[in-house]
Parts: sequence; C-alpha cells; structure tokens
Amino acid sequence: MGKKHQTPLLDELKKGKWISFVREIERAAEKSERTEDLLGQVEESYRDKVNHWKHGGMAGVKSYGAGMVGRFSEFPDKYPGIKECHSMRIIPSAGFFYNSDFLRKLADISEKYAGGLLNFHGATGNIQVLGMSQAEAEDVFQAVAELGFDLGGSGSDLRTPSCCAGQARCEFANYDTMKICHDLTEEYLDELHRPAFNYKFKLKFSGCANDCVASAARSDLAFIGTWKDKIKINQDEVKNYVKKLNVQKYVLDKCPTKCMWFEGEKLVIDDENCVKCMHCINVLPKALRSGDEKGASILIGAKAPLVTGPRMGMMLVPFYDINEDAKNDYEWLKGLISNMWEFWDEYGVSRERIGELIGRVGLNTFLEGIGLEPIPEMVGHPRSNPFIKFTEDED
Amino acid sequence: MTDETKKKVEDKIVGLVKEYAGKKRFKPIDIVKEMEKEFASEGLTKDDIKAALKEIMDEEKLVYGYAGGSFLALPENQ
Ligand code: HEM
Ligand code: SF4
Ligand code: SF4
Repeated sequence: MGKKHQTPLLDELKKGKWISFVREIERAAEKSERTEDLLGQVEESYRDKVNHWKHGGMAGVKSYGAGMVGRFSEFPDKYPGIKECHSMRIIPSAGFFYNSDFLRKLADISEKYAGGLLNFHGATGNIQVLGMSQAEAEDVFQAVAELGFDLGGSGSDLRTPSCCAGQARCEFANYDTMKICHDLTEEYLDELHRPAFNYKFKLKFSGCANDCVASAARSDLAFIGTWKDKIKINQDEVKNYVKKLNVQKYVLDKCPTKCMWFEGEKLVIDDENCVKCMHCINVLPKALRSGDEKGASILIGAKAPLVTGPRMGMMLVPFYDINEDAKNDYEWLKGLISNMWEFWDEYGVSRERIGELIGRVGLNTFLEGIGLEPIPEMVGHPRSNPFIKFTEDED
Repeated sequence: MTDETKKKVEDKIVGLVKEYAGKKRFKPIDIVKEMEKEFASEGLTKDDIKAALKEIMDEEKLVYGYAGGSFLALPENQ
C-alpha cells in the first residue's frame, strides 16, 4: 500500500533492532485512515520539535468529568482523520494482569471506534484507547463497561491509582500492593470520575524500595514497602556469593549507611542503621531477605516539573502497619487521606499540588491540620530551618 | 438531606451557572465550598453538596467542561 504521507524522520525511528512505535502506528494505519493522518502530523512534530495538538475542548462521557483527554489537530484540513484524536483512559487491573480474551476484545473496540491504537499503561498507569472523536466516546465507554472496566482519572481529580505487581510476581514485596490499590480505587471512584480537587492527586503503591512504579517521584501519596525488624541472612549463601562476586566492593561499599561488614566470613548488619534501601537484597537475593514485620512507608508531596518544579516525596509515616489496617478496611488510612483532602480543599489554591501547599504553609501547619505529630524522620534536610523554637523543658 | 433540600441545592447551583454563563467559569471545588457556606445553617455537609452535584451531572442539567481545569457548563453551550 502506498503511503499517504511521506515520513522521512519517522522512518529513522524504525531503524535498529528494537520495537518501534512508528512501526506499530504504521501497522494500525493499514486499517485506519485516521491513523495514516496521525503519522503525517507526528512527522511534522518531529520536524518542528513541537507537538501539534491543541489541548482541551470538550471530550467526555455522560455525567463523568474525567477519563477522556481531548486532543484536536492544529491542521484539521490537512489531517481530517485526526481533527479530533481523543484518548480514553481505562482503569487497569491492579498489577496489570489481563487474559487474552479481554485484550482481543479491547483491540476490536479500538479498531472499530478509534484509531486501532492502544497504550498499555503510560506514565499515568491507565490503559488508553487512542484516536477517537467525541461522537464515538459513549459507544467506546459502553463497550468497555460491558467488559467490566471503567474510566480512569484526568484533570483536577484523584488519578487512577497504580501499583507494582507486588506479591503476584515479586519475592521482594512487603505487602499486597494489588489489594490496597484495588480497594482504594473502588472506594474513591467518585473522586476519580468527578473532579473536585484543586489539582491532580496521585496514589501509587510499590512493594519495596525498588519502587517499580516510581511512587517516590511521581505520586502525591507514595506507599513503599518496608520492614521493621532485621534483614534475614543465610550465611551459607553469603559464602557462595563471596566465591563469585566482590561482595565488599559491590554490596558493602555501596550500602548508603555503611551498616554492613564482615566479621571473618560472617556478614553482619547493624539493622538499627539500615534504611531498607533494598540494594544488598537486590544483589544477594539468595542470601538476604527482608524481615517479618512488614509494612509501608508513606511519603507525601512528589510531583513532576509542571508549575513550580519537581519534588520528591517527603517522609510522612515511616511505618504504616498496612496489614493490620487492611483488616479494618483501611480505616486509619482513609481517615488520614480525608484529613489531607480537607486541608488541601481549604487552604490550597487552584493548580497547587499538595506538596507545593506544604512548601507554602510549612510542614508544621500541615501536620497540625491533618492531626499527625511531627517526628524526626520527617526532617528532610537537617539544619535547614534556623527558626526552631525550643520550650523550657526541652534541650 | 431531604429531597427538598437537595432540590434547593441543585437549583441554586444550576441557577448560578446559568446566571453567569459566558462571564464566569465555576470550578467544582469552588461551587462546593460556596454551597457549603450557603447551606451550613441547614446542616448540610460537603458530602451532601457533592451528592447534589453528582445528581446534577447524572441528569445532565450541567456538564463538565475543561480548559486547563474542570468547570461546570450548560449542556447547550458545549
Ligand atoms: C535595615 C533594616 C533591616 C535589616 C538589615 C534586616 C535584616 C534581616 C536579616 C539579615 C534577617 C535574616 C534573614 C534570613 O534569615 O534569611 C532578618 C529577618 C527578619 N527581620 Fe529584618 N532587617 C531589617 C529590618 C527589619 C524590620 C524593620 C523588621 C520588622 C518590622 C524586621 C523583621 C524581621 C523578621 C520578622 C525577620 C525573621 C524573618 C523570618 O522569620 O524568616 N526586619 N532581617
Ligand atoms: S517495587 Fe519491589 S516489590 Fe514491587 S515489583 Fe518492584 S521489586 Fe518487586
Ligand atoms: S537495605 Fe540498604 S541500607 Fe539496609 S543494609 Fe542493605 S544496603 Fe544497607
């Protein structure tokens, strides 16, 4: 089939041995005229080094204020197929597991109503059906609903929570990331579908400090699996590793708190000073295991660069006993989240993320507002604040 | 919240959006805060207001618009 648009720059991106998104768009374009037009516009974007979408405008389904992201071409006459090229966000299954039947049916929906393109779990964690116009939105929504799926978050609302594969696949998981992600998604469906926040709010769940969903950098509230007691050491396996690996150089010397050493052939860990970073366990998985008292650390305030620059999450709760709280349907956590949202509603301004609000009003004020006691673990940078006032009985 | 008060809240919200159509864009969060104050004396909570807003949307008396942030709009203007 002859190409409708010449795409010399995109063709460059097909070279090399890796899968290329260009090749995939071309495959979809064989069946979809609108996706052919997409190739033409993307080529222009590579040439001009800007994207040629106009944001905003109306794209959505009945009664929801979220779940669709509107994109309109800047060149509707030249590329009529993508005059409207909206994406629909669909809440993924926790841990991203699907059966082939669902995938086939979703692919059919995408070919029938949209551009034949799907995005499996972009940075937002959603499944996205790409390239539909507003006229098709309700049909796609209905078809997706019949498969048992619902729309995800977008705009100033709770964004689709996401989690690592956790205990389903990974021996490092310190809690059931999929359960809490699923349960809280169900709990907060209204907050997802009906934008009523100052700006977006993200919840992400990682089973350990490897943080496979990048929660510490990307979510307003990050849950990172950890443990309280000692790392379990299998000394025989340590010896096996020592035979084939420079354990001193690659493990001990790289421990961020230098809390491990050898006494003869025996590996010793000063667990009091271990920050549960996972490095040693990653390198010596047969020899080392996290402890038995498992839970999660809760970090607050991470965000991407938009508006005021990027932020990493700050420690809010060093050890959250997630397994215990799960027995009470996460009552404690829901209370905390509700207090945060109240405070943010009350004192936040439009397009201010919660981390920025904390930066503006100060951590003390925020903690008072949500009813948490300040503790030393919350101090991100020692001695950064010269105005700490001590009372008589403290020194 | 009785059906009667719910109706009052709904009418108030839809009325505001109609009155200011083309002049002011109401963000859901601002409307909720404003109604919370307005109906505090009748014992309504934020959740009550949100429930009323949900019903307005489900009945398509208003729809969500989007321009950098969500706002409430009249269906005929979208
Ligand atoms: C020539 C006049 C002044 C000079 C050179 C001066 C200088 C300074 C300096 C160097 C600081 C420390 C800033 C820092 O920690 O980064 C400071 C803090 C402060 N000054 Fe002044 N100042 C002057 C006048 C005033 C006046 C007139 C007031 C009050 C009416 C005032 C109120 C304060 C306060 C409240 C702080 C503490 C701010 C905080 O907590 O962050 N200063 N000043
Ligand atoms: S974050 Fe940790 S527990 Fe989750 S998948 Fe990654 S390594 Fe495994
Ligand atoms: S988990 Fe990290 S801090 Fe703890 S002992 Fe291992 S390398 Fe050191």
